Amino acid sequence: MTDNPGDAPARPPFGARRPSAEAAAPEREGPEPVPEGGTVNLSEARKQSGVDDMLAALDAELVGLVPVKTRIREIAALLLIDSQRARFGLTAVRPNLHMCFTGGPGTGKTTVAMRMAELLRRLGYLHRGHLVAVTREELVGQYVGHTAPKTREVLKRAMGGVLFIDEAYYLYRAENERDYGQESIEILLQVMENQREDLVVILAGYKDRMDSFFQSNPGMSSRIAHHIDFPDYTIDELVAIGDLMIGETGYELSEAGRDTFLDYLTRRSRQPRFANARSVRNAVERARLRHANRLFSLDDKEVTKDDLMRLEPADFLASRVFSQPDPGDPAQHGEQ
Amino acid sequence: MRITQGTFSYLPDLSDDEIRAQIQYALDQGWPLSVEFTDDPHPRNTYWEMWGLPMFDLHDAGAVQYEVNECRKAHPEHYIRVNAYDATKGRQTTALSFIVNRPADEPGFRVDRQEVADRRIRYTTHSYATGRPEGARYGTP
Repeated sequence: MTDNPGDAPARPPFGARRPSAEAAAPEREGPEPVPEGGTVNLSEARKQSGVDDMLAALDAELVGLVPVKTRIREIAALLLIDSQRARFGLTAVRPNLHMCFTGGPGTGKTTVAMRMAELLRRLGYLHRGHLVAVTREELVGQYVGHTAPKTREVLKRAMGGVLFIDEAYYLYRAENERDYGQESIEILLQVMENQREDLVVILAGYKDRMDSFFQSNPGMSSRIAHHIDFPDYTIDELVAIGDLMIGETGYELSEAGRDTFLDYLTRRSRQPRFANARSVRNAVERARLRHANRLFSLDDKEVTKDDLMRLEPADFLASRVFSQPDPGDPAQHGEQ
Repeated sequence: MRITQGTFSYLPDLSDDEIRAQIQYALDQGWPLSVEFTDDPHPRNTYWEMWGLPMFDLHDAGAVQYEVNECRKAHPEHYIRVNAYDATKGRQTTALSFIVNRPADEPGFRVDRQEVADRRIRYTTHSYATGRPEGARYGTP
């Protein structure tokens, strides 16, 4: 660069071509432009992007989560409409898609983030669509000058995809103002603002702690367009999740087993440290253990395929949950 | 004199989109990339300054392009190149290396002739730019 840019013509950037007949031809990729007065076929565009498959899979494989699914549908619609607007030559400002997922443990935040990455890739918003899941450990350094390169490294790895920061509130430690987390937050903010086309940042964590995190970092809150709350599952939804998990592993519930499973989940959900779908997964894992052990200790070693597949009430009844007093049971409260 | 070193150097300078596509190709091959710069373009100067560490585990060209742009900002009047290493064979092999930035004005080289014993002549090339100290070799001093 020259020191006196006033009178010298600005130097063209590296690789800038002189305009020629060849370069004048539009070399845009993607959907063809549509002339004024034409129409576009939305259903065809939907089919091409494969977004319907994604949304259908989301509905089929994730139980409940109605507000989440609604928001994902809206985002998908927006991106699809934007790509059609671009064909008419209408300006489509690239929407801000940084998100914050709040909700209890085991409500599917990571699972949805992974699907979101894939969805955004199909809709052409992201180049790669991979998910880089990190926590404070990977972002914040241990000594002065360590944090910035560490955070940048992670950001670079996530480019083209989604950076998923689990339990993001640990980045900010209110009690220690010299904590390196603050530096990491500043770099994140800068990249979230300036490199929106390169990556999507998703923060996740429990609702109340995320709220206080945003209170101390208002800049972060305002740069996130989508605050999505993941509701806790109802008992019926938990049973449906359990059914899916049991089906995936090639087991099935007997009729009586289903009632016991429902009873188990009702009791478990009233106990402390209930982690929604994660607790269901653990319950299913333990039922498989007991099921195997039950068959193992049979005197008669002849078993059928059904025996190998079916989970019976006994597989759940042995759980600690049934032997402990149920804290939420109204009948017990009446007695006390 | 426009210097030609590395891949694509006899083509017109690559545009940003073309650079991005080349970087993406390298990443898709599983090659880690690094950015280097220098203001001494002598062909035998193979060790350029490193702009940060080589970058591993990347998926998207945006990350490398970000570093290229940062390096251009810091050193607009230097030569900058992108290297891709192919480590799959267990040795350090440059698979791809191309220039992504060059000074606006490249003065070129002169040939020095040195007469030695028996009237033999030794030739060497001398970059005009290296007449000035490092960091002030290109652009308006």
